[in-house]
Amino acid sequence: MTDAEKVDARGLSCPQPAFMTRRALEAAGGGVVHVLVDTRTQVQNCARAGEQLGWSVSFDEADGTFELAFRK
Amino acid sequence: MTRVRDVFATRMGIIIVGLVLGGIAASLQKLGNPENMGVCVACFTRDVAGALGLHRAGIVQYLRPEIPAFCLGAFAAALVFGEFRPRTGSAPIQRFLLGMFAIIGALVFLGCPWRAMLRLAGGDWNAILGIIGLVAGIAVGVWFLRIGFSLGRSHPARLPVGLATPLVMVVLLLLAIFSFQAGEGAALFRSKSGPGAQAAPIIVSIAAGLIIGFLAQRTRFCTVGGIRDVILMRDTHLLSGLLAFLIAAFVMNLIYGQFHPGFMRTAADGAAVSQPAAHTEHWLNFGGMALAGLSFCLAGGCPGRQIFLSGEGDGDAAMFFFGMLTGAALAHNFLMVGTQPLAPWAVILGLIIVFIIGLTGRSRPALAR
Repeated sequence: MTDAEKVDARGLSCPQPAFMTRRALEAAGGGVVHVLVDTRTQVQNCARAGEQLGWSVSFDEADGTFELAFRK
Repeated sequence: MTRVRDVFATRMGIIIVGLVLGGIAASLQKLGNPENMGVCVACFTRDVAGALGLHRAGIVQYLRPEIPAFCLGAFAAALVFGEFRPRTGSAPIQRFLLGMFAIIGALVFLGCPWRAMLRLAGGDWNAILGIIGLVAGIAVGVWFLRIGFSLGRSHPARLPVGLATPLVMVVLLLLAIFSFQAGEGAALFRSKSGPGAQAAPIIVSIAAGLIIGFLAQRTRFCTVGGIRDVILMRDTHLLSGLLAFLIAAFVMNLIYGQFHPGFMRTAADGAAVSQPAAHTEHWLNFGGMALAGLSFCLAGGCPGRQIFLSGEGDGDAAMFFFGMLTGAALAHNFLMVGTQPLAPWAVILGLIIVFIIGLTGRSRPALAR
């Protein structure tokens, strides 16, 4: 997996996680992109950023970290 | 897979909550809170600073119970929904300074973004200059974000870090409820005239604050984020909540007879008088809010949002709040409020310092840790 496909936005303030997600998805264009965040707020913000660009999103939680998977 | 969002996080959710918050704000005015102020976070933080004796501006001293109630409502929501998470370590001193200069700018305009909307909803056209300034400041903040500005990551912290601010707020709320008096002429200070003497019944203020805090935590309602997200990402989610807040306050003001359009008002004897807690110095209205908008944007959210986040256990947002409390006191002590002599200098100095914070906070966006 390359850096471009995995975004670590844990601990960052608004709007950085959503903005980083948006940039990563635009750069990838398609495929699968993973994003790590650590609050449910950022799960929602990043998901919204992805859905705006036409990506589907799912996420899992483990030990306080949420891993979003964007697919297109 | 878990569901990404509950009903609060939908567009309909934030619109309904925006309507509720705007309705509550206008209703608090009807019940006694200062006109066109409703639930102004900056004004009320300033009033709290006055009540504690941090400044001696006699007309704006009252321990507004809405402020601790905002935090405790958000604290309750975070606990109920499993979102209370102690965290800190993201440039607390920069956040403290941003809080200071955000409120210094806001008090030159005489209101935070919440009050800018409430002033507009009450027909105070001076708010238009403030909102233009707010948008300009946020746009500059977005430019900093685009070139890589970041205050860095917060990290999980121990429980006392997350509980500290809610506990401070419990103490403030108890002081307010019991109208604590240390002695004659001592704290808590309480205005005998002016905005600080105007207040809704305390039980109503507490209930309103708790409801607002709870709903805002669930929806992530943010007056600065609403404008920022549109400029940065063409995302209108938070903006729809902000517009709902404005529209509800406007409609309720019409119903209550609280809408008086103009840059000035006409008194009963026909004389032109100022809008409530407002001035017509357009450049100061613009500049003050530009400073506030930039500072809020760099810190990640509006003053209300910072208080709600501190209720979730965010120690960095709490530093921003305590910066606001300090900045409010300095603004009055150094005559930097509204059209006072040092207000223009406060805006210029604030912009210089916040620009330095912006430029020195640049880093390449880290896509991987």
